[in-house]
Amino acid sequence: MDLTYSYFPGCTLKTKARDLDVYTRKTAAALGADLVEIENWQCCGGVYPLGSDEVGNKLSSVRALNDAKEHGRDLVTVCSGCFHVLKRVNDDMKNVPDIRDRANRYAQLAEPYQGETRVLHYLEVLRDAVGFDTIRKKTLHPLTGHRIGAYYGCLLLRPSAILEFDDPEDPSVIEEFLEAVGATPVKYQMRNECCGGYRSLEEPAFTNRLVGKIFADAKASGCQELVTACPLCFYNLQKYDGPDKLRVRYISEVLAQALGIDERGEVR
Amino acid sequence: MQRIGVFVCHCGSNIAATVDVAAVAEAAKNQPGVVFATDYTYMCSENGQNLIADTIREYGLTAVVVCSCSPRMHEATFRKVAQKAGLNPYMVEIANIREQCSWVHKDKEIGTPKAISLMKTAVAKVNLNVPLQEGESAVTKRALIIGGGIAGIQTALDIADAGYKVDIVEKSPSIGGRMSQLDKTFPTLDCSSCILTPKMTEVAQHENITLYTYSEVENVSGFVGDFTVEIRRKARYVHEDICTGCGLCMTKCPSKKAKNEFNRGLNTRTAIYTPFAQAIPNVPVIDTEACIHFRTGKCGLCAKNCAVQAIDYEQKDEIITQKYGAIVVATGFDLIDLKPFGEYAYNLSPDVVSSLELERILNAAGPTSGHLQRMSDHRQPKEMVFIQCVGSRCEDDRRGKPYCSKICCMYTAKQAMLIKDHYPDVNIHVFYIDVRTPGKAFDEFYRRAVEDYGVDYIKGQVGKVTPQADGTLLVHGVDLLDQKVVEINADMVVLAAAVEPNPDIRKLATMLTLSIDNNNFLNEAHPKLRPVEAATAGVFMSGVVQGPRDIPETVAQAGAAAIKVVGLLAKDKLKTNPCVAYVDELYCNGCSACQNVCPYGAISYTQKEIRDHGVREMRRVAQVNPALCKGCGACSVACPSGAMNLKGFSNRQIMAEVDTILCQ
Repeated sequence: MDLTYSYFPGCTLKTKARDLDVYTRKTAAALGADLVEIENWQCCGGVYPLGSDEVGNKLSSVRALNDAKEHGRDLVTVCSGCFHVLKRVNDDMKNVPDIRDRANRYAQLAEPYQGETRVLHYLEVLRDAVGFDTIRKKTLHPLTGHRIGAYYGCLLLRPSAILEFDDPEDPSVIEEFLEAVGATPVKYQMRNECCGGYRSLEEPAFTNRLVGKIFADAKASGCQELVTACPLCFYNLQKYDGPDKLRVRYISEVLAQALGIDERGEVR
Repeated sequence: MQRIGVFVCHCGSNIAATVDVAAVAEAAKNQPGVVFATDYTYMCSENGQNLIADTIREYGLTAVVVCSCSPRMHEATFRKVAQKAGLNPYMVEIANIREQCSWVHKDKEIGTPKAISLMKTAVAKVNLNVPLQEGESAVTKRALIIGGGIAGIQTALDIADAGYKVDIVEKSPSIGGRMSQLDKTFPTLDCSSCILTPKMTEVAQHENITLYTYSEVENVSGFVGDFTVEIRRKARYVHEDICTGCGLCMTKCPSKKAKNEFNRGLNTRTAIYTPFAQAIPNVPVIDTEACIHFRTGKCGLCAKNCAVQAIDYEQKDEIITQKYGAIVVATGFDLIDLKPFGEYAYNLSPDVVSSLELERILNAAGPTSGHLQRMSDHRQPKEMVFIQCVGSRCEDDRRGKPYCSKICCMYTAKQAMLIKDHYPDVNIHVFYIDVRTPGKAFDEFYRRAVEDYGVDYIKGQVGKVTPQADGTLLVHGVDLLDQKVVEINADMVVLAAAVEPNPDIRKLATMLTLSIDNNNFLNEAHPKLRPVEAATAGVFMSGVVQGPRDIPETVAQAGAAAIKVVGLLAKDKLKTNPCVAYVDELYCNGCSACQNVCPYGAISYTQKEIRDHGVREMRRVAQVNPALCKGCGACSVACPSGAMNLKGFSNRQIMAEVDTILCQ
């Protein structure tokens, strides 16, 4: 199987979420997947615009999607926020004629973009292309005995009819991943609840309250640490100030640990 | 050439608002064969009918075209009019200028030319119509009821009381259905089994009723008045005619770990069992998957202990073939699968139960002997949360249903009051979208729950139920009236799950050629005017198989279905549809194409001497059994030589219609 993908890192992965980006690239390389960063990519928009006639904020996503199409590759991203925006914009380009026509008139592409590109989250690459069995075999340092909770948040799961990522009420892909790297996944009910998102910027007390509930449930269910794929969730979880706080890591960091890969990409 | 009259109906403003009816009548006058054309406000009214009849006589019409609504609506009406006026009823054609014309177009500029085109088409066809004669077929004076819940029971009793033989086929070991699982019934709070058991006994003892429990319909053939049905009687491994129902086998059975279906899996039962104490017939069955004898060849305690040697491990399934004049489908419902509703933690906690599970918990014969208990630790709950509309009125068709399940608002109020009656210290919160209580004494009942019993109704939905370390369930909801987020630490959560038709209905619908809607409910022949009849003649429906409803509505519908069946069985002969296939033997080349496509097995082949251009020779030619033919027309399309034709819809007639449309 050809494991070459167009890769969309996203802005946060170049700054605050550097670890997510670095370990994604290193683990992908170790697993035989080639993530080719799109040239001159721009911010996905950060938030999917909810105005039904909004086009301008979607154009950067359209360019990234079209770039992948021109290279004949699937588009991979690991940031839940970028995944959410790219996949929804792609759905608009495929299924909403008004948005498609106007976006194409703005974008002036060589040939109109009509939602041809397949958008994948890195977890989907791991599950469907690499295979969790391969990861299990290549795991040098299994996380045996680590009771880890997956924190999905909302952006990865909803709206489920468009994102088609996992069951929005009872997701399991990160748990399967954790099992593959030898950890003991712990399912807890609040793992798909909202962390507060961007509300943390204007009302930190609000996000603190939401995150507190997530941590409380995770801890009561027996989690020793949490993993996430979302820089925004990660930020809000890190910022939490209160009881029951747990360590939080990115999925790619956990994967790197299991595969024995350090920050320079060398296997230890 | 025919002498044709064209009658254009206004249907009040239904047609006249978007079709210039006078122009249609005027255009008709220039059509070949038309000797009279007019328009009228309501052609189906008595005056309208008289207008047609009088014109037939006055002008000596040989054929009639009525431009009106769909033939499904009034074709029969206008055929009767023609017949009364001395015309063959099959000399009437309907041009449907309402459903697919005036109703779908917004102005006369489009509606009128289309109506004229449809009128011309009908005129072209009727020019080629020939008089057809209806045949007769006999009626088997016996009815089959599929499903032995309250719907099937009541239908059977009503038919049997009218003096006709009835068979009930029930797939589970006992009749009784969902109603037998209920504790009390709303809004009168009378005990469900107390009112149901006498009816079950009456069924068992009725001289006109034969009961086939633990049986399923395997195959159906034939048509109205003359259905042939194969019924599979699954092996019970207990002889119904010998067993005395003493129950000793069940007390001796050492295999006690099978899931108790009747108690919704909340406890276990023995491998040889009757579903519940009042089961009819009171004869156990052996669950071969749980039985030690069937798994290992050992044990055999039930057989050893049976005083009358009723147990027979060698018993085999048996197929019974029986003829019926009418069939009633009453296969009922189940609750939807709650597994996809992960947010309510149904899979995570035994203290999150469905409403039907709670019904069993509240019932004296249930898993907790009627004591309100959590299934996890058998503690009595203090805080209870009821969540309404779980999967009902749900936009997500991957897990829920778009419709209102209709009964949940009422049974939730009932369950809340029953609990408050016995355990006044329990706090009950009900999250609802709307409380819907149309029905006699229904809203009073619900208000009693709120005002007299202090049940806490919260308008809003629940987003998440989180099991806590201390065994409680944290319910996160929203109160829309207070506009705030609510959190309740509950001991027990009850989910009012949506109802759905039993999944078996899909298989049955195929066998009986019934039409079902997107949600697997059976479609009626007409949603308002023929609510208990299926589109297939001779098949009727009763109960939730048609749509969500409560017990009194089901019983009323059962009576309605029964009178339709009785009306059918009271006839000695039925008129058969003359619009069946026929073969022009001269053109038939014996290729079998028609036989291969016929879904009803109505076509066979025979060797016959044919005279063709003075030559006599033996040829293999098709022949149609008009009693089996349903007139679908598949054979006439498949026939490569044009030998197959459908009476009333011949190839020439259809081509004349097509030509008329294309040559305008």
